[in-house]
Amino acid sequence: MANKILIADDEQNIVISLEFLMKREGFDVTVAGDGEEALKRIREIRPDLVLLDVMMPRKSGFEVCQEVKADSELQATKILMLTAKGRDTEVAKGLAMGADGYMTKPFSTKELVAKVKTLLGLGA
Amino acid sequence: MLSGLTVVLVCLAYLGVLFAIAHFGDRRADQGRSIIDNAYVYALSLAVYCTAWTYFGSVGRAASSGISFLPVYLGPTLGMALAWLILLKMVRISKAYRITSIADFIASRYGKSHVLGGLVSVIALIGTVPYIALQLKAVSSGIDLLVPADDALAHVANGGGWFDTTLLIALALATFTILFGTRHLDAAERHEGMVAAIAFESLVKLGGFLAIGIYVTFILYDGVGDIFRRAAADPALSRLFTLAQGSGAYGNWFTLTLLSMFSVFLLPRQFQVAVVENVNEHHIRRAIWVFPAYLLLINLFVIPIALGGLMHFGVGGVDPDTFVLTLPLSHDHQALALLVFIGGLSAATGMVIVETIAVSTMVCNDLVMPLVLRYGGQGLARERDLTGLLLTIRRGAILLILLLGYVYFRVAGEAYALVGIGLISFAAVAQFAPALLGAMYWRGGTHLGAMGGLSAGFLVWGYTLLLPSFAKSGWLDASFLTEGPWGIGWLRPEHLFGMTGLDSLSHALFWSLFANCGAYLVGSALRPPNAAEAGQATMFVDVARRTAGVGTSFWRGTGQVRDLVTLVGRFLGPQRAEDAFLRYARLRGWNNLDEMEADPSVVQFAEIQLAGAIGSASARAMVATTVKEEVIGIDEVMEILDEASQVRAYSHQLEEKSRALEAATAELRAANERMKELDRLKDDFMSSVSHELRTPLTSIRAFSEMLCEDPKIDLEDRKRFLGIIVSETVRLTRLVNQVLDMAKIESGHVEWQNAEVDLREVITQAVDSVSQMLKDRGQDVHVVVPDTVPILWADRDRLVQVVLNLLSNGSKFAPKETGVLDVRMTANEEHVRVDVTDNGPGIAEAEQGLIFEKFRQGGDIRDKPQGTGLGLPISRQIVEHFGGRLWVTSQVGAGATFSFELPVGWRDDAPDGDAQP
Repeated sequence: MANKILIADDEQNIVISLEFLMKREGFDVTVAGDGEEALKRIREIRPDLVLLDVMMPRKSGFEVCQEVKADSELQATKILMLTAKGRDTEVAKGLAMGADGYMTKPFSTKELVAKVKTLLGLGA
Repeated sequence: MLSGLTVVLVCLAYLGVLFAIAHFGDRRADQGRSIIDNAYVYALSLAVYCTAWTYFGSVGRAASSGISFLPVYLGPTLGMALAWLILLKMVRISKAYRITSIADFIASRYGKSHVLGGLVSVIALIGTVPYIALQLKAVSSGIDLLVPADDALAHVANGGGWFDTTLLIALALATFTILFGTRHLDAAERHEGMVAAIAFESLVKLGGFLAIGIYVTFILYDGVGDIFRRAAADPALSRLFTLAQGSGAYGNWFTLTLLSMFSVFLLPRQFQVAVVENVNEHHIRRAIWVFPAYLLLINLFVIPIALGGLMHFGVGGVDPDTFVLTLPLSHDHQALALLVFIGGLSAATGMVIVETIAVSTMVCNDLVMPLVLRYGGQGLARERDLTGLLLTIRRGAILLILLLGYVYFRVAGEAYALVGIGLISFAAVAQFAPALLGAMYWRGGTHLGAMGGLSAGFLVWGYTLLLPSFAKSGWLDASFLTEGPWGIGWLRPEHLFGMTGLDSLSHALFWSLFANCGAYLVGSALRPPNAAEAGQATMFVDVARRTAGVGTSFWRGTGQVRDLVTLVGRFLGPQRAEDAFLRYARLRGWNNLDEMEADPSVVQFAEIQLAGAIGSASARAMVATTVKEEVIGIDEVMEILDEASQVRAYSHQLEEKSRALEAATAELRAANERMKELDRLKDDFMSSVSHELRTPLTSIRAFSEMLCEDPKIDLEDRKRFLGIIVSETVRLTRLVNQVLDMAKIESGHVEWQNAEVDLREVITQAVDSVSQMLKDRGQDVHVVVPDTVPILWADRDRLVQVVLNLLSNGSKFAPKETGVLDVRMTANEEHVRVDVTDNGPGIAEAEQGLIFEKFRQGGDIRDKPQGTGLGLPISRQIVEHFGGRLWVTSQVGAGATFSFELPVGWRDDAPDGDAQP
C-alpha cells in the first residue's frame, strides 16, 4: 500500500507542483491550504509524512508540527518542513519543534523526492 | 536668715569644687584622656552664654513686658541653625591657622595687622568690662538678699570700704582664671580643665533655675494652669500675655533677635568656648540642637516665676529681678534660696572666667605684645626665654580686667550704665559681624575696609548707646540726650538725623551697622587687596580646600632651622619648641633638626606655633626678624593663586569633559538602540522580501525541473505548467518593481513629477486601464464625479497608481460576474476625497489595520489573491506624501470602501527640489 502524504501549503501553484511530483512517485496525496486544515487532515487520514509549509494562515507550520509531535497518537508522523525563509534560526526552530527534516524553497525536486523517501525508510 | 559666714563659706566651697573639676580636667588632658571630648560637654560649655544677667534678669524682663525676654534666646537658637555653615568654618580656619581670639581672627584675615587686632581688642575690652561688673553686681545683690543686714559679715560684705565679699569673689575668680587659663603657652592651647568647669557650671545654673521654677509653679501654686488662671484675672498681669503693641515693639523684637544671633558667635567668651576650645568639629552637629534645648529648658519657668512673684508681692512691691531669691526667702525656704543663689553664682563666675580668659588673650597678644616687641629694646631681644614674660602679661591682664570690672561695679552701682550693659555689650560685639563674616565669605575685603568698618561702627555705637547710658546714669548732662550736644537737634544720640520710631537699641544698631557695613564696603572698594590680604583671603575663604592638601603659603622666607627653634623657644619654652620642631621634622621625613632644611613650610610652621602664643600679627613680625623674607609681590601671589585656580579650572574642565563623555555615551547608546531597531526592521523586511521572492521561484523551479526531466508529461499538463511558470514570472517581476518602488519612496529618492492635477482625469485614466480586466471578469464599475473640483498640485502618475491599486484590489475581492465597483469623488474647499467601494466579502475589523502593513494580504485563504502585499502600503505612502490620508471602512459581508482624501492647496515645499520638474 502506498505511503500517504499530506501537502500543506497556502501557495496554490506550489501545491500543484508538489502534488504532481508526489503522485508521480506513487504516493497517496492529500492537500491542505492552511494550518488548521492540515491538522484536521492529519487526524483524519493519518499520513505517513507531511510536507509542511511554515508560513501559513490560521496556524503556522511550527504550531502544526508542535501539536503533532505532542500528540502521542500522531507523533510517528514524519514531518518535512518547507520554508521560504532561509534563516538559520528558522531551521533551528523547526528542528526544535520536532520536525524530521527541513528544506528551503526553492528546492530541487530530486532532492525533495530523495529526502521524502529517506524519511519514509524507502531505499533510494 | 542665713548667716553671712554660711553664705561666704558656701560660695568659697562652690569655687573649691570648680577648682577640683578644672584640676581633674587638666590632669586628664595631660594624660591624653580628655573629658571634654564630648559633644554634650561642648554644648554645655556654649551655655556660658546664659549669664547672671539672664539668670536674674529674664524674670525681671518677663515681669515688666511679658515674653519680650525671649529674643535673647531665640537669636542663639536661630544662630545655631546656621552653625554648620558659620561656626564650622570659623573652627576650621582657627584650627588651621592657630587662631586664639576673635581679634586674632580678624587681624589675621586682613593682612595680619597689629592695628586691626588692637582695635578689636579695645572694642572687646570696652564692651566687656561693664559686663563683668554686672556679674559681680548680681553676686553682690544676691548676697545682700541672703544675708541679714545686721550680720557681722554683712558689714564687711557690703558696708564698709572697698574690701567686701564681691572683691573676695573677684579675686578668687582671678586666681582660678590664672591657674587654669594660663597654665602654659602652646600653639594648640586649650583649657580643658576650664571648659570642664564651665560645663559643670552650666548644669548647676540649669539645676538652680529649674529648682526655683518647680518650687514656684508646683509648691507655691498648683501648676502652670493655676498661675495663668490667677494672673489672667488680674488686668495688670494679663497684659503680659500679649506682645507689646505698636510697630516699635516688633522692631525691638527683631533687633534683639539679630543681636543675640550675632552674640552667640561673636562675644569673646562665645568665640572662646565655641571656636578656640572646640576639640572636634563634629561636636558642632550635636550642639546645634542640644544648646537650643538647654536654652528652652532654662526658660521654661521664667513666666510662671515672674507671674508668681508679681502675684505674691504685688506689682512694684519687690524688684522682679530678685524674685528667684525673694520668693523662697519670703516663705522661709533658705536652703532653696541658697541653692538658687549658687545657680546664679555659677552663671556669673562662668561668664567672668571665660570672658576674662578670652579678653586677656586679646589684650596680651594684640595690644601688649606688639608694643613690647616694638619698644622692648635690646634687653628683650637678647632674652632667650620669653615665656615667663608672656605668662606674666597674661596673668596681669586677667587680674587687671577683673579689677577693672570690680571698680566699674563699685563706681556705677545702680546706675543705668551698669543695668543696661548686657545689650549694650551685645551691640558692641555685633560690630565685629561685617568684618568677620566678610573675612570668611568675601575675598574683596581689605585691611582698610575692616579698619574703617570697625572704627565707624564702634564710634557710632559709643555715641548712640554708651554715651546715652552715661547720660542716663547722670554722669553726663541729660540735655545731651534731649537737646543734642551743643543743642544741635539732629545730633541727639538716640534720634540721630531726626530718626524716631525706633527704641534706642534698634536705633543704635541700625546706625552703627549701617556705618560699619558702609565703611567696610567702601573702604574695601577703594583699592584692590594687596598681596598679604589676597593671600589671607584665599586661605580663609577656601579654608576647606586649603587645609585639605599641602598648604599654599603666600609668604616666603628662608633661614636657619636652629634660629627658628630658638625663636619659638623664647615664647613657648626651649624644650617645648624643640619637641614641637622634632615632631614636625619626623612628620616631614627628617630624623633630626639638623638635617631639616628651612624651607618656606618650616618657616610657616614656626609662625603658626608662635601665632598661638603671641597672635598671628606678632608671630609674623617675630619670624621676620630671624629669617630673610623674600618679598612676594602681588604678582607672585596672583601667580600662586592663578596656579591654584588653574588647577581648579582644569579639574572643572575635566569634570565637564567627563560629563560630555557621559552624555555622548548615552547618545551613542540611544543611537545604537535605534540602529538595532532599524536593523531589526530591515531584517524583517529582507526576510519578508526573501519569502515573497522564493515563493514564486519555488513553483517556477519545481515545474521547470519536472518539465525538463520528464518528457512523458502529457500536453495538457505541460501547457498548464508553463502557464503557471509565466504567471509566477509576472508576479516576480511585479514584486521586484514594487519592492524597489517602496524602497525609493521610503528613502525619499522618488522624483515626484508634480504639476497641476485634476483628480477627475486621474480617475478616468485609472478606470480606463482596468476596464478590460473588469469586463473579462464580468464586473461593473460606476463612477460619480462632481462637476467642478479644485485643482491639486501633485504627481499625476502616482495618483493614477493609487486609484489603480484600489480598483484592482476591489476587483480582486469582488465576486466574478456579479462584482460591482463604485468610484465616488467628492470635494469641498479643503479636501478632495475618493471612495472606491466593492461588493466583496468585506474586511474584519481586526484585519483592517494589518492590510496596510507590508506583505500582508487580506482575503480568503483558499482563493489567495494575486498581489504582492505592497500595493496598499505604497498607495498610503503616496497619499501621505501629498499631505492626505488613506483608510478603509468595511463590515464583514458588506463589501469594503477604501477612501483617500487630499488637502487642497498642498504645495511641495521640500527644499531638496524633488518637486519641480
